[in-house]
Amino acid sequence: MTKMQPSSLRMSKLRGALLATAAAALFAGCSSVKLDSAVPVESRTATPVGANAGAGAGGAGTGAAGQSTVTPVDLSKNAAGAGNGLTRVVYFDFDSFAVKDEYRGVVEGQAKLLAADRKKRVAVEGHTDERGGREYNLALGQKRAEAVAKAMTLLGATDAQVEAVSFGKERPVTTGTDDASMAKNRRAEINAR
Amino acid sequence: MPFTNLYSRARRLLSNAVPAMVALLSAGLLALPAQAQFRVEISGVGATQLPIAIVKFRDEERSTPSLSISAIVRADLERSGAFRAVDAPGTLDENSVPGMTEWRNRSADALLVGSIGRTADGRFDIRFKLWDVVKGTATLAQATAVDAADLRLAAHRIADQVYEKLTGDKGVFSTRVAFVTKAGSRYTLRVADADGEGGQVAVNSPEPIISPSWSPDGKQLAYVSFEKQKAVVYTQDAASGARRVIADFRGSNSAPAWAPDGQQLAVTLSRDGGSQIYLIGRDGGNPRRLTTSSAIDTEPVFAPDGSRLYFVSDRGGSPQIYRISLGGGAVERVTFSGAYNVSPAISPDGRTLAYIARQGNAYRLVTLDLSGGSSSSAQPAALTDTSDDERPSFAPNGKLIIYASRAQGRDVLMTTTLDGKIKARLVSSNVDVREPVWGPYGR
Repeated sequence: MTKMQPSSLRMSKLRGALLATAAAALFAGCSSVKLDSAVPVESRTATPVGANAGAGAGGAGTGAAGQSTVTPVDLSKNAAGAGNGLTRVVYFDFDSFAVKDEYRGVVEGQAKLLAADRKKRVAVEGHTDERGGREYNLALGQKRAEAVAKAMTLLGATDAQVEAVSFGKERPVTTGTDDASMAKNRRAEINAR
Repeated sequence: MPFTNLYSRARRLLSNAVPAMVALLSAGLLALPAQAQFRVEISGVGATQLPIAIVKFRDEERSTPSLSISAIVRADLERSGAFRAVDAPGTLDENSVPGMTEWRNRSADALLVGSIGRTADGRFDIRFKLWDVVKGTATLAQATAVDAADLRLAAHRIADQVYEKLTGDKGVFSTRVAFVTKAGSRYTLRVADADGEGGQVAVNSPEPIISPSWSPDGKQLAYVSFEKQKAVVYTQDAASGARRVIADFRGSNSAPAWAPDGQQLAVTLSRDGGSQIYLIGRDGGNPRRLTTSSAIDTEPVFAPDGSRLYFVSDRGGSPQIYRISLGGGAVERVTFSGAYNVSPAISPDGRTLAYIARQGNAYRLVTLDLSGGSSSSAQPAALTDTSDDERPSFAPNGKLIIYASRAQGRDVLMTTTLDGKIKARLVSSNVDVREPVWGPYGR
């Protein structure tokens, strides 16, 4: 006589196994939304401003205020971004406006946000490093913005939701002239409008 | 109030206020504080320079303590490259009869003397006399009465007259230049005398301003402003500050260039994808597309007779300068040396092309002789040995070029003679200055 488990236990084990398999299928890439596991967490430096700054500053001196100090986080930059903490910057090689494969996730993520809400609009802002003429760089930044905008419309956004603009070399994020700094300036930013 | 609300409110207030601010600031054209110290930085040795002695005008220090008319005249003449100032001590005025031996011994060919007084109605009485030291005769003499606000202009007009008398060419010292300043995150578009002094603010903005361009009658400035978080072309009446949007189409609108008849502008628009050149009326309206490449076409510049447009295109793989006939016709490439040539400027006689060429890692001002025609094998000549030159612009007499450069970590404005021999740094306050453009005659 074979030792058997009670049928109820066997059924619940089977159900559990089925559920586990289904769950695994849901989260293991069978869904249509590719989750980018490498989304960088943007760290924000807390910037004490306004009334709280007074409390913060006073907190150094007076024990009572120090214990109640609340330091606000400056989200104004993030407010201009497309939201949801998703990465919104694509970087480019020198003299190039090709969107590299490593940034497909960025473009796709932002495009999906727009596909999900047709009222949302963004501007893709193209930038260059500081080498060369201002107007030619404005046009090169425009090409970078248009490359990203086009990719977004292929991935779900509509033309009306995305405007490609350029700042050329007028708005660098860093003024360094070493290669690493200049690389940070060669970018397209996706910003909410 | 939470910081984020303040920030976005301030932004909205500012973007609504900018037009009002522009009007306010331009109505009176705020003057920068007069500089008692007038520093001049001129370098180089010219090919043929006429030695001129300029004596301090009698009573100059007492009558106009905030500026020196004789010093302004001397700097103007030296900056032109056509004159070399010789030592001129002493106290002479327009009534003196100077002994020519002394001045010949000082190797002067010309002698300028004068005086500054006050008229009965409180204006300034400026008199001068120009002597030909070789012949021992007076060749020019004049008296004018001016208001305090026109003292600088009066000095520049004296320099113009001396220059014209002795070289036969028209002087540009009483013309104006426009340029952009950047101090932290504040930008201004300024209008100044051709020596960079006496600057007045035409536009004051928290966002960048680039590519100013004078209308042929010198009354308006076209420029690109980023106040709407994208490049938009405006024109503005310099005297009144009245502003008009010329191009605000989808994407970027930039590189305005006035046609010689003042009736339309060439602009670079990205409305149809990419950057292409269009013609648009002086009041805005529907643009007419001029270039039809799938590359970058930008930086249009009209030939002086209005028949052709020079521009930058990378249709051949890298930015070069081309030209197109406005009556229809093929696009013709103009620059063949080097892999990166941008920012064309044409001399008033149409014979010289100035532009920025990348040489190694340096971006350098060069000129190219156009008079040989398309079969010419002329080579570009470098005018500088600096490495961050930008945006050359010719003086209306074609004898000087103003350009932006970088010195000691600052953005500065320079002028140079066409042979590159005499250079002057236009001295301003401790802000970055860039994007110069030389205005026409007839201020």
